[in-house]
Amino acid sequence: MIPVEYYLTVAALLFVIGIFGIFLNRKNVIVILMSIELMLLAVNINFVAFSTHLNDLAGQVFTLFILTVAAAEAAIGLAILVCFFRVRGTIAVEDINVMKG
Amino acid sequence: MTVTLFAFYLFSITAVMSALFVVVARNPVHSVLWLILTFFSAASMFVLMGAEFVAMLLAIVYVGAVAVLFLFVVMMLDVDFVELKSGMQKYFLIGSSIGLVLLMELGLVISHWKVAPEAGSLLQSPTPSIDETHNTLALGQILYSDYIYLFQIAGLILLTAMIGAIVLTLRHRTDVKRQNVVDQMQRDPADAMEVITVKSGQGL
Repeated sequence: MIPVEYYLTVAALLFVIGIFGIFLNRKNVIVILMSIELMLLAVNINFVAFSTHLNDLAGQVFTLFILTVAAAEAAIGLAILVCFFRVRGTIAVEDINVMKG
Repeated sequence: MTVTLFAFYLFSITAVMSALFVVVARNPVHSVLWLILTFFSAASMFVLMGAEFVAMLLAIVYVGAVAVLFLFVVMMLDVDFVELKSGMQKYFLIGSSIGLVLLMELGLVISHWKVAPEAGSLLQSPTPSIDETHNTLALGQILYSDYIYLFQIAGLILLTAMIGAIVLTLRHRTDVKRQNVVDQMQRDPADAMEVITVKSGQGL
């Protein structure tokens, strides 16, 4: 049996890589969305690690819901991206200022 | 070193390295392919933990749907990705320093946490013995009973996402000719054609 700390370390590394990716690819929305997926994956690993460590299945049920929300988020995000690309012809983040926000 | 530990190190190192390649890869198509590898290694880690249903779900939903969706969008959009990569060095320093600080904080948390003594009695839905019920069956038994409302809401979220994606990307183009079936059905021979008797040698 592998100690739960090992899994937590891997999850922490994946989460930090996700945040690092958001900073590194400030212009490219697609890679930012992929970084968000990495961070959600890290959260999922934490949930499942604690679920098996504490013998509580509720953690795995939560993983299912995170998976659902992540899939919905990716679908909507990419749809908005395609929509924006049709209007502006670019996906650079600093060009997204149509609403002057 | 046991086989389990070796498998864990293999999958975790693969996951972390491929996640790193996702964010530094020059070509977004390569990023997506590295992302798929990350998801596969994470799914293998879930199998190691004994959560095989979530592992299969990760492989099917993430690799089969989300990653392919990303791949479609990357290939469909005609974007100059080299231009988007410019200025990466500028953000490297701040990104890595923030990442390092966060990693140290998380490291402190991981090295100092402990399970509360009364945690054993607070379990929401204790895992049944693996000899009686396997993971998928146990998960299904609580998902369709204790968590039925959350399950329904998850379905509703997916429905909303589906409708939203269709509404956002569907467009009616006015510059292309389309078949109008109703118009075709409404035509009748009386006003569609006319019989003319032409005198010979004269023409119309």
